Amino acid sequence: MKRFVFALGAGLLFGLGLTMSAMISPAKVLGFLDVAKIRAGTWDPSLALVMATAIPTAWLGVALAGRRARPLADDAFHGPTARRVDRRLLAGAALFGIGWGLVGYCPGPALAVLALGLVDPDGRVETWMFVAAMAAGMAGFSLWNRLPTRPRN
Amino acid sequence: MSGFTPFAAAAGGVLIGLAAALLWLGIGRIAGISGILGGLATAGRGDRAWRTAFLIGLMAAPVLYALTMGVPARSGLTPSPWRLILGGLLVGVGTRLGGGCTSGHGVCGLARFSRRSLAATLTFMVTAMATVFLLRHALGG
Repeated sequence: MKRFVFALGAGLLFGLGLTMSAMISPAKVLGFLDVAKIRAGTWDPSLALVMATAIPTAWLGVALAGRRARPLADDAFHGPTARRVDRRLLAGAALFGIGWGLVGYCPGPALAVLALGLVDPDGRVETWMFVAAMAAGMAGFSLWNRLPTRPRN
Repeated sequence: MSGFTPFAAAAGGVLIGLAAALLWLGIGRIAGISGILGGLATAGRGDRAWRTAFLIGLMAAPVLYALTMGVPARSGLTPSPWRLILGGLLVGVGTRLGGGCTSGHGVCGLARFSRRSLAATLTFMVTAMATVFLLRHALGG
């Protein structure tokens, strides 16, 4: 039950942060990604500022957790164990970036706007198409990943 | 600079950082949306509960915001079905293959000084910027 409350609280904060910072608006994200605008003087650095305040705040949590043997409401820290920068990581990140640039949605904002469809029809159909494709991509990857003959790099 | 919203961006970023800190400190999990969503199907029962709770919060927050403060302004979503579907597929496959997205690598990973997350973040920023450049300036679309 405590784990549920922590997760729900974190999700609420995350969703509120995305909404407040307007990162749920593709125009805002694409305005940052459009670096040709730097020279034109019309670039929107908002996304960089979101990251610039989010990362040190998250780091505070990491630093506080570093003094503890286990989290407040769990048996252990479940961080990633991979350490190596490999081809999978770079290929995956590259594909993700292309998809992000095509639409201006990454997974969090896409889910947030999907939920907003309950109270506002703007972009409802388009967001459903994106999220359905994203879920299909994730599911397809999971299936492929479980194939026994998958070549490892 | 056009459309720069420094106060909203800084405040929103703090909230996102707090969310990541709370999830790590509270239950020792990375607040990466693609990982939380993608792991939902294969997760065990206990694992599924916190993932579902996080996603409920993530999706409830904008709705609560809209009901109390008014619907947040959004724009710029492409009406092109092929771009939406191709983009969605690439985001889905890419985040799972690369083990994270803007939140997992870009916020949590960088806060943990992860070399993998730094490499991933630089990579997806560059390919996203290149994609936008091609669409908007090279191809004129």
